[in-house]
Formats: sequence, structure tokens, C-alpha cells
Amino acid sequence: MDTSTIFSRLQFAFTIGYHYLFPQFTMGLALLLVILKILYLVRKDERYNTAVHFWGKIFATTFVIGVVTGIPMEFQFGTNWALFSSYAGGIIAQTLAMEGAFAFFLESAFLGLFLFGEQVIGQKWHLVATILVWLGTWASGAFIIASNAWMQHPVGYTLANGHLNISDWVAVMTNSWILPQYLHAMSGAVVTGAFMMTGLGAYYLLARRDIDYGRMFVTLGVIVGLIASFFQLFPSGDMEGSQVAKYQPAKLAAMEGLFQTQSGAGIVILGQPDVPKGTIDNPIIVPNVLSFLTYRRWTAVVRGLNTFPADQRTDTVEMLYYSYHIMVGLGTIFIAIMALALLLLWRRKLFQSRWMLWVLMLATPFPYIANTAGWFTTELGRQPWIVFGLLRTVHGSSPLLSTGNIIFTLLGFAGIYLLLGLLYVLMVVFEALKGPTAPASEETTSEDAGDVGLMSEQA
Amino acid sequence: MPTLWFILVAFMLTMYVLLDGFDLGAGIIHLFAARTDTERRFILRAIGPVWDGNEVWLIAAGGTLFFTFPLLYASSFSGFYLPLIIVLWLLMGRGVAIELRSRIANRVWASFWDGVFFLGSALLAIFYGAALGNVIRGVSLNAQGYFFEALWTDFNPFSANPGILDWYTILTGLLAFTALLTHGANYIAVKTEGTLNERARRIARLGWLITLPLAILASIATFFIQPQVLTSFTQRPWGIIFPLIALAGLLGAGFFNLRKRDMPALLSSGAFILGMLSSAAFSLYPLVLPATNRANSLTINNASASQYGLVVGLIWWSVGIILAAIYFITTYRRFWGKITTASSQEY
Repeated sequence: MDTSTIFSRLQFAFTIGYHYLFPQFTMGLALLLVILKILYLVRKDERYNTAVHFWGKIFATTFVIGVVTGIPMEFQFGTNWALFSSYAGGIIAQTLAMEGAFAFFLESAFLGLFLFGEQVIGQKWHLVATILVWLGTWASGAFIIASNAWMQHPVGYTLANGHLNISDWVAVMTNSWILPQYLHAMSGAVVTGAFMMTGLGAYYLLARRDIDYGRMFVTLGVIVGLIASFFQLFPSGDMEGSQVAKYQPAKLAAMEGLFQTQSGAGIVILGQPDVPKGTIDNPIIVPNVLSFLTYRRWTAVVRGLNTFPADQRTDTVEMLYYSYHIMVGLGTIFIAIMALALLLLWRRKLFQSRWMLWVLMLATPFPYIANTAGWFTTELGRQPWIVFGLLRTVHGSSPLLSTGNIIFTLLGFAGIYLLLGLLYVLMVVFEALKGPTAPASEETTSEDAGDVGLMSEQA
Repeated sequence: MPTLWFILVAFMLTMYVLLDGFDLGAGIIHLFAARTDTERRFILRAIGPVWDGNEVWLIAAGGTLFFTFPLLYASSFSGFYLPLIIVLWLLMGRGVAIELRSRIANRVWASFWDGVFFLGSALLAIFYGAALGNVIRGVSLNAQGYFFEALWTDFNPFSANPGILDWYTILTGLLAFTALLTHGANYIAVKTEGTLNERARRIARLGWLITLPLAILASIATFFIQPQVLTSFTQRPWGIIFPLIALAGLLGAGFFNLRKRDMPALLSSGAFILGMLSSAAFSLYPLVLPATNRANSLTINNASASQYGLVVGLIWWSVGIILAAIYFITTYRRFWGKITTASSQEY
């Protein structure tokens, strides 16, 4: 692979990996905001609405960073992947453009209404705005997943003059790859949102401040977090696993670290792959489980990496293996943490169990790692293809783009994103430390101190 | 079908320039029109609820260009690699500046973001103008339909190896800068009262005075730079209507500015931009990206997607754009009128 393609891959991986830190939180949080708003309308407890305002501000901050880091994604298909874009643009850009037409316009219109319109439109309509913001973010996810699913599992196309034409729009929109991947990605986003809410609630309880809100956030976060974490494993993770086994067996073999074809293949829990030797160092393997998970038979034959020619499998077996194992390992730990927390909650011991609150608070960043690792798994596992089975990544990059230009922009992105990240953390920590009850003091300030733009708080 | 999509993509890009144009213009003038912190917040309030939605037109236009003319998208985005990525950085800086400026009450913090907001807005206007200039002038496409342009080479638009910046594209960049400055000043004049309103109108007048000669110069230069322009107007003389719209808009902007009628002035500066962009689109048609070697030019036919894709796209696109129009009308209606101390309570 030529260096310009490698650096284009690096830049895309970096910019999209960074970008996705923000939408995963907003998509998860949007659902939690809807739940909080409904709780407010049902229970008529003003504190739920205060929580909506508080998380609404954090949502807006996250949303803005998500928007500005999202714009480069659409452009980079053209800037760095020109041959891929002209080859597959007639299909893949249908779903990308639909995201703009159906999700972004919706979000931009109703986010403003959600953030500033509550007094004008009334509570019922504010709930409608909240739901529309949630649907907008999830619709956005659906179109992006539809695009990615097509790259994983191309359907509905004809080949003509060296590029693809769309021949069946319905087939593209109902691609069987979409549903498992969408469910898995969305519940992953809910895990992030739930862990953030739980983590901040746990902090308030540990710091012995905003106790009511701390309890509210932990309770809601733990319940939603357990459901979403379990949903990650079953059915969504299981569905993803079986379609990978069916259509991308080389990806399955690499991510599981299965070098040799085996009947009754075991699952590798821990160990370091030695790819040239085709072995796992320091392995902890549970026998027969991989066969069962993949084919529902303990002795089923699972194809190993040795059966795939070198040009038919990923060029980064180790990275893929670790990405997958980090994702699955963390996912399992999330279920355990949340189940334990829910048990304590049910026994009315959670708010007194400071050790558990510590665990919940410290667990906050890990769903980000798990989601990122999950995307690395799916994308690294697609290699060496950019469109699975049809176009190789090395044939998809921009033909006249030099490595020097890519490194220039990659460094620029790195610098800007570092700054954005610092600013974002600063802003969110600032809001978190002010706490949910702080807006009360803001309401008394004059109009001059009112904020502007998306993030402003209703005075 | 490709012709229809050529018109629709041009329409979306024009909507983007008209809408984001006034908030870019607001960013350009805010350092000069607004002196105090309160005044600067007024300007941000005037664009706060709409800038994000305006920018969606760029994303939507980009996506639409991508699926309707994949080769044009691939070729132009990879060929204009550096300026495009720089545009992305500017868009980021500017968006963050608008949203973060007033989050921390600190003079230095606010001033820093004011500076970022100004620089981002000003450079974006210039880059957009230069980009259009590049598309009109043409680029050195190879037989496969690809090219790569450096930021600058010899500053000569007739060069065999032109750069992004030459005297022609710098001219169109400056024209875009003053046109959007005027447009933005008109918008701020519409949205404000008192001294801010007065200053915005004065800036609009100054902007108009510089726009006039630049527009004449650029228009004349265009006929020499791109022979297709003359061909288009001689073959389809009815197209003269587009430059006439631009001319009427330009004259109207000056006339209403002197009469202190801000809303008609804003509509006029909008008509000027609309006229200029539609003239450019009309005069290039059927080319979508001219090449220095004419045989390699991308046209609506050799760059477009398949007939089926264009038809099926039109169906959902129509639904999407009607929904978008409804959101936009609602948002702007809710936000109608001047930003006053009373109305700013809402923010």
C-alpha cells in the first residue's frame, strides 16, 4: 500500500474516530432527555425538568463539537478517497445526502426550539421538540449506518464503465446488514449516555452535593445502562456476529485470533497474537465456545486465517484482534457493573455503597473506548476492501494527492482537535461543577449577561 | 435529468451562499460595527438561532453533488484538497467561536473568539469567491478527470498549470468578500436599532462602493478567462436575465441604502448574489468543471450518476427539501423582527 493511501487511512480513522466521540454521547443522551421530559410531565416534579435543562446544555455543547467535526467527514470522501467516490458515489452518497435532507435540517431546526423555545411553545410541544431532536440524531445515525453497511455488504448495484450504478434503491435501503449494525451502534450510544449520566450522578453523591439529582441520574442511568449494555450482547451483538460469520469469515477469524481452522473452536479471552507464527501467546481459551456462538453447535467447524490468501484478509490482524477483544471485554464488564448496581439499587443500598459509586464514576470514560474499539473492529476487518469484495482500499484513494499534503492536513486536524477537546472538557466540567441547580442564579441576571447561540440558557 | 440536477445543486449552493452569506458578512463586520461587548452579543444574537441551519445547506448541497455528479465531486474535492481542508478548519473555528464566546465572562476570552469569528468569516468569504473563480477559469484536468492544484503557482490565470490563487481568482475572492460584507451589513441593519443600525448601514454603503467596481472588473475579466461564457450568452441570449438580476440587485442595494430602507436593501444584496451565481452557473453550462485542455472538461453528462439514481434521488430529495423549507420558514418567522433588549430576553 502506497504511503499516501496509508496516510489517508490514518487521517480518516483519526477524524472519524474523534468525531464519533461526540455523536455517540448526543444520541444516547437524546434518548435520556426524552425519558426525563416524560417523567417530568407524568410525575409533575419540577426537578425532572431542571435535569432536562441541565443535560440540555451539555447536549448542546457536545452537539456543536459533533457538528463541526462532522463536516469534514462528508468532504473527506472526495478529498482523500476520490476514486472510491467516483466509483461508488452514485450509491453511497444517496444515503449520505439523505442524512443532510432528513436529519440535519430537522436537528438544526428543533434543537433551537428545544433549547430556547420552552416558554413560547409550552410543555407538551417542548416534549415534541425533544422527541424530534432525538429522532433527528438517530435518523442521522441510520443514514450513516446505511452507508457503512453498504460498504460492508454491497447490494443493489450494477457495474458499468468501471464504476457502480445504483440499480435498486429499495435493496440499498433495506440491506440486511443495516439492522444489526444499527441496533448495535445505537445501543452502544445509549451505553455511553447512560454511563455519563450515572457517572456524574455518582460524583454528586460522592461529593455530597445536589443529592436529589445525584440519585435521579444514578437511578435512571443504571436502569437504562443495564438494558443497553445487555442489548449490546444480545440480540444486537449476536446478530452482528452471525452476519460477520456468514459474509466476512476472514474478519471473524482475525478478530477472534483463530489462525487454524478447527472444529469445536475455542474462544480466546486473553492473549497476544503472534501473527507470523500463527499462535496466541499466554492464551486463556474457553474450548468450543466460538463454535457454539457462531453456529450454535459446540463442534461446528470455524474457518481459520490460514484458509484465506494474504490478499483476502485484513492487513492489521493484531489491531483488529485487540479492538474486538477490548470491545467485548469492556462490554462484559459494563453488564456486570450495571447489574451489580441495579441489584444494590433494588435492595436500596446503592446510594450508601460508596465503593460502588466510585466504580460507577470511574467507569464513565470506558464506553467511549468500547464504542471506538467496536468501529475499529468493523472497519479494520473490512480491509483490504473499501467496498467489500468490489474495490480495494488501495484503489480508492485520490490519485494525484501527495503524502506531504495529507501529512500537512493530518497535523492540522490533530492540532485543532486537541484544542477542541480541551475546550469541550473545560466546558462540560464547568457545567458539571456548576450543577443542575445553578440556572436559578442565572435567571436573575440581566439580559445583558444572557448567552447567545445554541448553547445559551433560557433567561 | 442531469440538467435538472445541475439546476438543483446550483440552487442549493446559492441558498447556502445567500443564507450563510449574511452570517459570514455579520462576522466580517462585527468588529467594526459593534464596539462594546453588549453590541457584539447583539450581533451574535442576530445570527445565533440560524447560522447552524444555514450551514446545513452546505452539507446538504455537498451530499447532493456527491450522489448526482460523483465524478465531479471526486475530482473537484481531491483537486482542491488544501483549500477545502482549510475551509473546513475555518468553519470549525468560526462555529466554535460563535458558541463559546459568551460562555465565560472574561474580556480576553471574548476578544479571542471575536478575532476567530472575524478571521474565519473573512477568509471563508474570500475562499468561496476564489473557489468559484477557479471553477469558472478551469483547472488542469487529466484524461481521467482528475487534477491537483497548489495554492498558488505563478498567479497567472492563463497558465498551463494554474494555482488556486491567481489575479483572477483573487479578484473573485475579493468580490465575494465585499459582496458578503455588504449582505451581512444589510442583515445586521435589518436586525438592529439605533447606533448599531446606523453603523451597519454605513458599512453596507462602503461595501457597496467597493463591490461596484470589483463586480464590473470581474465580469469583464470573466469573458476573457473563460470562452464558454461568451458562447453561452450568444447561443442562449435569454440568459442575459441573470446578469440583469445581478445588476438590478446591485443598483437596488445602493438605492435603498441611501433611503435607509434596510429590508429592501437586504433583498437587493441577496438578488445581486443570486444574479451573480446564477450567471456563473448559466454561462458554464453544460460544463461543470472546465479543463485547461478543453477535451478533458467535466460536463453534466460525463460526470453525472446513472439515470435511475437521479430519478429515485429526485423523489426523496423533493420530500426532504419541502420539509427543510417548512423548518426554515418556521424558524425565521419565530425569529422575525429586530433584536432589542426586550426580545433578547428570549436568549
